[in-house]
Amino acid sequence: MTEQTLVDGLYREGPSIRDTKAPDGPLDRQWSERKFGAHLVSPTNRRKLTVIIIGTGLAGASAGATLGEAGYQVTSFCYQDSPRRAHSIAAQGGINASKNYRNDGDSDYRLFYDTIKGGDFRSRESNVYRLAQISGSIIDQCVAQGVPFAREYGGLLDNRSFGGVQVSRTFYARGQTGQQLLLGAYQALERQVAAGTVTTHTRHEMLELVVIDGRARGVIVRNMVTGQIETHLADAVVLASGGYSNVFNLSTNAMGCNATAIWRAHRKGALFANPCYTQIHPTCIPVSGDHQSKLTLMSESLRNDGRIWVPKTAADQRDPRQIPEDERDYYLERTYPAFGNLVPRDIASRAAKKVCDEGRGVGPGGLGVYLDFADAISRLGKETVTARYGNLFDMYERITGEDPYQVPMRIYPAVHYTMGGLWVDYDLQSNLPGLFVVGEANFSDHGANRLGASALMQGLADGYFVLPNTINDYLASSPHDPIGADHPAVVEAATTVRDRITTFLSAQGARSVDSFHKELGHIMWEYCGMERTEAGLRHAIDEIRRLRGSYWADVRVLGEAEELNQSLEKAGRVADFLELAELMCIDALHRRESCGGHFRAESQTPDGEAQRDDENFAYVAAWEWAGADSAPTLRKEALRFEWVELKQRSYT
Amino acid sequence: MTATAPLVRRRAARRTSVALKVVMATTGVLFLLFVLAHMYGNLKVFSGQEAFDGYAHHLRVLGDPVLPYSGFLWILRIVLIVAVVSHVWAAARLWRRANHARSTPYTTFRPVQATWSSRTMRWGGLTILLFVIFHLLQFTTVTIEVGGSFDSPYERLVAAFSVWYIVVVYALAMLALGMHLRHGIWSSVQTLGWSTRQHEPAIKRTALAIAAIIVVGFLLPPFAILFGMVS
Amino acid sequence: MRITVRIWRQKNVETPGKLVSYTRDGVEPDMSFLEMLDVLNEDLIAAGNEPIAFDSDCREGICGMCGVMINGVAHGPQRIATCQLHMRSFSDGDTITVEPWRADPFPIVKDLVVDRSAFDRIISSGGYVSVNTGAAPEAHATPVAKTNADRAFEAAACIGCGACVAACPNASAMLFTAAKVTHLGELPQGQPERAARVVSMLDTHDAEGFGGCTNIGECAAVCPAGVPLDTISQLNADLLGAFIPNRRD
Ligand SMILES: Cc1cc2nc3c(=O)[nH]c(=O)nc-3n(C[C@H](O)[C@H](O)[C@H](O)COP(=O)(O)OP(=O)(O)OC[C@H]3O[C@@H](n4cnc5c(N)ncnc54)[C@H](O)[C@@H]3O)c2cc1C
Ligand code: HEM
Ligand code: HEM
Ligand code: SF4
Ligand code: F3S
Ligand code: FES
Repeated sequence: MTEQTLVDGLYREGPSIRDTKAPDGPLDRQWSERKFGAHLVSPTNRRKLTVIIIGTGLAGASAGATLGEAGYQVTSFCYQDSPRRAHSIAAQGGINASKNYRNDGDSDYRLFYDTIKGGDFRSRESNVYRLAQISGSIIDQCVAQGVPFAREYGGLLDNRSFGGVQVSRTFYARGQTGQQLLLGAYQALERQVAAGTVTTHTRHEMLELVVIDGRARGVIVRNMVTGQIETHLADAVVLASGGYSNVFNLSTNAMGCNATAIWRAHRKGALFANPCYTQIHPTCIPVSGDHQSKLTLMSESLRNDGRIWVPKTAADQRDPRQIPEDERDYYLERTYPAFGNLVPRDIASRAAKKVCDEGRGVGPGGLGVYLDFADAISRLGKETVTARYGNLFDMYERITGEDPYQVPMRIYPAVHYTMGGLWVDYDLQSNLPGLFVVGEANFSDHGANRLGASALMQGLADGYFVLPNTINDYLASSPHDPIGADHPAVVEAATTVRDRITTFLSAQGARSVDSFHKELGHIMWEYCGMERTEAGLRHAIDEIRRLRGSYWADVRVLGEAEELNQSLEKAGRVADFLELAELMCIDALHRRESCGGHFRAESQTPDGEAQRDDENFAYVAAWEWAGADSAPTLRKEALRFEWVELKQRSYT
Repeated sequence: MTATAPLVRRRAARRTSVALKVVMATTGVLFLLFVLAHMYGNLKVFSGQEAFDGYAHHLRVLGDPVLPYSGFLWILRIVLIVAVVSHVWAAARLWRRANHARSTPYTTFRPVQATWSSRTMRWGGLTILLFVIFHLLQFTTVTIEVGGSFDSPYERLVAAFSVWYIVVVYALAMLALGMHLRHGIWSSVQTLGWSTRQHEPAIKRTALAIAAIIVVGFLLPPFAILFGMVS
Repeated sequence: MRITVRIWRQKNVETPGKLVSYTRDGVEPDMSFLEMLDVLNEDLIAAGNEPIAFDSDCREGICGMCGVMINGVAHGPQRIATCQLHMRSFSDGDTITVEPWRADPFPIVKDLVVDRSAFDRIISSGGYVSVNTGAAPEAHATPVAKTNADRAFEAAACIGCGACVAACPNASAMLFTAAKVTHLGELPQGQPERAARVVSMLDTHDAEGFGGCTNIGECAAVCPAGVPLDTISQLNADLLGAFIPNRRD
């Protein structure tokens, strides 16, 4: 590599990249043209081709089922004890589709437009339009599988509206949409298990990617029950390992969610795009103490009927029910009359932070705002409110010990989703041939901010419809040469994994893995959270480096390698978070604009809104690993907007 | 999905543990009907010796002339024997299955809603079986004679239940029967697929009521005899 | 609060296990039960003892990963998933006994962790609608009466935690199986395979070694997802239907 000067003292710039897979031409023709242009594999040959899928969430399970149905030999992995437990199961609110069943003016174009705008013009037009086109088929598919979506008395599907849009296009199954969609995909996957096309390996964690001659050819996994390090090889590898919000320690993600799969791939050459784009969800249950292990999301759908407010005066300690109407500030309705409580997540989150910073926050530590259902209950009746949100209300009561039918809920923002992820082209293939990335693990469709109910849509679009139609273009040139387990690249990968485990177990330090994770979380939330500044990010980078240094020396992992060892599992995940965190901060530092979920305090409009800089930052920042102690390389993919006009986002 | 061909499917269906339950439920319902009829017969004791002995005789000439003497009774007996064997066989299979399904018990186990009845079906059933054997030896084969030997069933009855410990034995057996039926009746409705959430409480109440009626109905004669109200 | 927990420790399926007592002060009522175990584990690690292995992932009651017997009741006293239980349900000075699910088809992996993959095999044997991706008709082509849709949902809410098995005196997985049979049996999409599904799933249920159901009802009483007991009645009815030669066969 040519010697280059460091930018900001932190990174180098490399040659720019271009996604060459999306065909030119009208937006609505691109997908059908790509499908037609892609090479096909004949049914008889599919049996001989093998695909590894890491992850059994919406993206991984749907891809596994569909590729299995097509006749490929699929091997699927997840770290839970059943594929059904992937974190997609926790999604509550719903899934979008441009069916226009409400006749309220919805269309593929409108869904496309809303998503591009919601993402603050930082996503690819081609991908997003395809997502909108496919959205309707997802609903058809899920209904056919028996997903019990909410229905109206006429027997047809019900819809509701969701943050950031003015149409009702969200399909839902009470507050358990993700669960029902995932069970649909899981069952389809299990059907293929019975058919013999899919093999599932549960309680297996991917710890390394095997790259041979520049192609992804397999993975090294650890059997979490026996501790055995196994090598699995295939013609292609698909990562569907979900998001990395847990780099913040406290997030709404499941305890086991991790970045290991994508981070290991990144270290093997896969580009990591837009790592700093994280979404802070406005409606979570506030932190209650130091022991807190994770945060609980209250579905965004609550904002349909709940009204958000804080007292007008700071430090108002009264019982919320005693505060008269004219002393309450319904700040979202006041500032954004057109969207009110339904403004996009980033805006709602930041507004909450702002009122709390003004000292008007409620609850312990002043870190909370009210989400009040009193109006909804008197307007709709308690029964309707129960039917819509009953399970969420129960959950709130169990966690906080307060009854939301009586007292307004207290909510506060929390990290929820990561828009960043491995860079992929229109085919969902990373820059490493043979490595495909689907679902939240890739960076693809949501730009700098994701709209509610569109992650489920994207995960299923990727898995059911996109990947199965693009991976064949790559597999058409397979099978590749068979590889032995003694191939140097395989041995090297397996050795790396074993060495890391040995290092952890022999560190004999004084601190638990969790204590490091907590500390990292504090740094990230403080300096790379809702609001980011140049100085803060620089400080964070120093802190992370210091913490990473002491981690390897001072971590204590008990137990053995050849057994179920949960500390050891966490140790590997936290080690990867400690590297990823730094890249996130570097990315956040280099992007000196505000956009979507990335709010740089230095770049705001006079009234405190995010100020984009399209001149300088209308690109995807894809980062290349340059070695353990080397500055990463930035590769830019320019974003072109031909079908929408770049506008300052406005929800007022 | 395996077992999609109708024939294969039906054969597989018969092998399932639910099929065992269906056997238990149908034979159980048969027992229930028998016990109800038997109880009705026993209550004839209160109408005097003639009515009771007449009833016993009537049982034996039922269906005459199509059936020979005691023909109906034998049909009934055969049906009951087959039913008992099936019922016990199915119970034993399920019992074994349950033991294999949890070979290590909990150190602490606290049921949330299970009744004594539902948790003692197997031991309760065994108790009833032992009782029936004893009972048959006493009243049908007349192998065991308590309180003297008589030709009239009525007199046998009166003599037997004038002895206090026989009454105690019967009372305990009826308690076991009541408990077995209290869960058994609800259970058979559920097993035969007729229960719904709306009706579940009513079914359970009805089961309790029938069980209570049966216990009381059976115990009225013995106690009446013991306290000299029937002689 | 001061809490004593008696926890089942077992290295692996071959090694015998035993209950071990731990006492901890400063347990806060706002902690969840699993957070209490987290802090206990931090103590154990600090003292150089191996932490207690237990399963959890979502910690919001939906993934079904968590689940232990608490004082002899599956998931503890509240009919919610273990991860949803908070320490405010206990009082200062309490002793709590914690054991893993016990059922031979759920072999113990370590401490409180068991292997529930038998559930996946039950689903694999028929808990689905056979529809390939892309073969689906327009979603509104088949209306579904709201009552059926609601009942299907109620059954589909099963989180696959295994508490029903753990609580059943027969270690039967009938409620889990019935939940799926009912979910799909309520919907028009599930009709063509209805008879085959119930037989096939029951067959696997039995082959995995779960006990038979004798309608005791503990399962539904502890089910954190509220799967109703009459789903078992519906499963039984479906099985009876499968016995009977069908006109269409
Ligand atoms: C609380 C919550 C609520 C949400 N609500 C909504 C909503 O209403 N609407 C919406 O559209 N989106 C919602 N989202 C976002 C959405 O649920 C996720 O973005 C989406 O489900 C991710 O799916 P996935 O398939 O990419 O990954 P996941 O579902 O996260 O699956 C990841 C899989 O990868 C496996 N895995 C991970 N790492 C490894 C490894 N190293 N080795 C082996 N396997 C590994 C895991 O076992 C798992 O199977 C919500 C998210 C959360 C957290
Ligand atoms: C207090 C309670 C009972 C009394 C007083 C009683 C009395 C009698 C009498 C007098 C007979 C002989 C009738 C005859 O041969 O004509 C008889 C027969 C019989 N009883 Fe009972 N009985 C009682 C309870 C039960 C119960 C609970 C059962 C079963 C669960 C039962 C099962 C039978 C059977 C199977 C026979 C034999 C019928 C036959 O084949 O001849 N009895 N009983
Ligand atoms: C050795 C003797 C017996 C044993 C071990 C036994 C055991 C059982 C068991 C375990 C059940 C529950 C089965 C289920 O719910 O699926 C049951 C049900 C039942 N038993 Fe018995 N039983 C015995 C004798 C009897 C007798 C003598 C009667 C009648 C008087 C009887 C009547 C019933 C009834 C009505 C049911 C309900 C059927 C059902 O559960 O579906 N049983 N029995
Ligand atoms: S039926 Fe209930 S208890 Fe059983 S696995 Fe499902 S959710 Fe858990
Ligand atoms: S507790 Fe067991 S016996 Fe049947 S009703 Fe539930 S499975
Ligand atoms: S941890 Fe997911 S249900 Fe408890």
